[in-house]
Amino acid sequence: MKTKFNRDTFRITEPGNLGKFALIAGIGGLALSAAGYFTDSKQFYFSYLTAFAFWATIGLGGLFFTMLHHLTSATWSVVLRRLTETVMASLPILIILFLPVVLGMHDLYHWTHKDVVEQDAVLKSKAAYLNVPFFLVRTGLYFLIWFLLSRSLYGTSLKEDQGSSPDLTMKMKRVSAPGMVLFGLTLTYASFDWLMSLDPHWYSTIYGVYVFSGSVLAILSFLVLVALYLRKQEILDDVITVEHYHDLGKLLFAFTVFWAYIAFSQFMLIWYANIPEETLFFQHRWHGSWKVVSMIILFGHFVIPFVVLLTRAAKRNLLILKVMAVWLLLMHWVDIYWLVMPTLHKEGAVVSWLDVTTMVGVGGIFVWLFWNRFVSQPIVPVNDPKFAASVQFENI
Amino acid sequence: MSNKNGKVVGILAEFENPAALIKAASALRDNGFKDFDCYTPFPVHGMDRAMGLKRSKLGFVVGIMGLLGGSGGLLMQWWMSAVDYPLIISGKPFFSLPAFIPVVFELTVLLASFGAVFGMWHFNRLPRLHHPVFYSERFSKATDDGFFVAIEASDPQFDAQKNEELFKSLGAVHIELLQEDEQEVKEEPVLQTA
Repeated sequence: MKTKFNRDTFRITEPGNLGKFALIAGIGGLALSAAGYFTDSKQFYFSYLTAFAFWATIGLGGLFFTMLHHLTSATWSVVLRRLTETVMASLPILIILFLPVVLGMHDLYHWTHKDVVEQDAVLKSKAAYLNVPFFLVRTGLYFLIWFLLSRSLYGTSLKEDQGSSPDLTMKMKRVSAPGMVLFGLTLTYASFDWLMSLDPHWYSTIYGVYVFSGSVLAILSFLVLVALYLRKQEILDDVITVEHYHDLGKLLFAFTVFWAYIAFSQFMLIWYANIPEETLFFQHRWHGSWKVVSMIILFGHFVIPFVVLLTRAAKRNLLILKVMAVWLLLMHWVDIYWLVMPTLHKEGAVVSWLDVTTMVGVGGIFVWLFWNRFVSQPIVPVNDPKFAASVQFENI
Repeated sequence: MSNKNGKVVGILAEFENPAALIKAASALRDNGFKDFDCYTPFPVHGMDRAMGLKRSKLGFVVGIMGLLGGSGGLLMQWWMSAVDYPLIISGKPFFSLPAFIPVVFELTVLLASFGAVFGMWHFNRLPRLHHPVFYSERFSKATDDGFFVAIEASDPQFDAQKNEELFKSLGAVHIELLQEDEQEVKEEPVLQTA
């Protein structure tokens, strides 16, 4: 069944099958993963954390993109605003999907073992921060902040659909300004807590920025794919034009470079200083077949997208853009896999079937949440004062 | 028409709004005019197409300069650190790529930006001290609310009379001839002959 929409009200009249498919895939994926839990619970937890972090970074990217749009008073991205807002609004609900991580903390995080911490001077001195109750409080706080920000921004945006007023526009800007600061802090500490503390002896202050750069790439790729999915069904095909794809392509290119810049900054300082407690991180990821994964990231996450997306023609070619969006999402997953898995498989990369089922499970639920909300409201901010200008936007 | 009597260097027409100017530019393009340019207070979408301009080659200049900068930077560091004056620095090899990347990156950016700025100058024929359009008093409106197009005398089809008629038929609100100020001609001293 095709998705259909009303060209005058910008409302979806028939939501199509995507939501149903996503929900079935989500439940199926999670059920299979649960079966995997009983055969290899450690593998399950690590695969699940990878999948969770992948989809959470897309949600965070949606929050970032929405607030950036308001703060810069952008015109071109008005037609994409409802998409990013819906991704953002799905983010806080992920707290339910965080439960397996809480249950698996003992398997995932070395620092939760009290007896180990007692014997370890470094972990002992970090115990004031890295302890189970504080970890849970912090995670709760991140989700609370994301909930409040997205509720305010999304709610105001829906109110604008009833009737535009300068107050509503200003309100979204006023929320976004402190919201951006809170976003930076919560994303940084969430990445420290959920991912960096997998190796509690190691630390890198740029780690949060690294995860952030990946999350922006992920949301941009996600936007390209959703917009193209709509376009295929002749929805918004004359609203989201090649000019908007061109801009998404420019941002994809820019953040490919930004990601590489951050990744290299992290690597070079550690490599140059050559201090054992810091180099250990890269030592693990240069060991055995992990070296291959590292090279795949270097070329797949930077060199290939850099060369492909360099020209104007490529950014305006929807097929190339689609392939690059799929590719970059895959690379984002490899990147998070590369951050998480060496803690479990020290001797070399092992891809488990649980990596697939957890991705499908969490992803299915996320897409279902996203799609259900998306089809229930006008799919563009119809009363945004800059909406018409956004549709007519042209790159000079 | 102006009442100056210096050399004629072009003809300038003012239009009411961007749409009229675009129409005029397309007409000039279709009539095969080469040396004409439009002057507006802000960028007008679709003007490049209306004037029949091709995509700028500046991108290639920037790309090539960037590649030169990057490879030059790498070559320079290799020659300095591994050939001419090898020094062991914190136990790293003489040629150690990670340490060279920042300089390679910076030189890529530097030469690419030089390519962008000076390439832009070249394609815009800058710097130049004067341009025929500045003979017009009215032309200062181009930075405020005036939409101008000027055909320069170097155009093979330049003909003050015919061009004026063309501009009139396109709906120009003001047309003026661009003329150099009258030169003071110094009388040569006549040799007295006996």
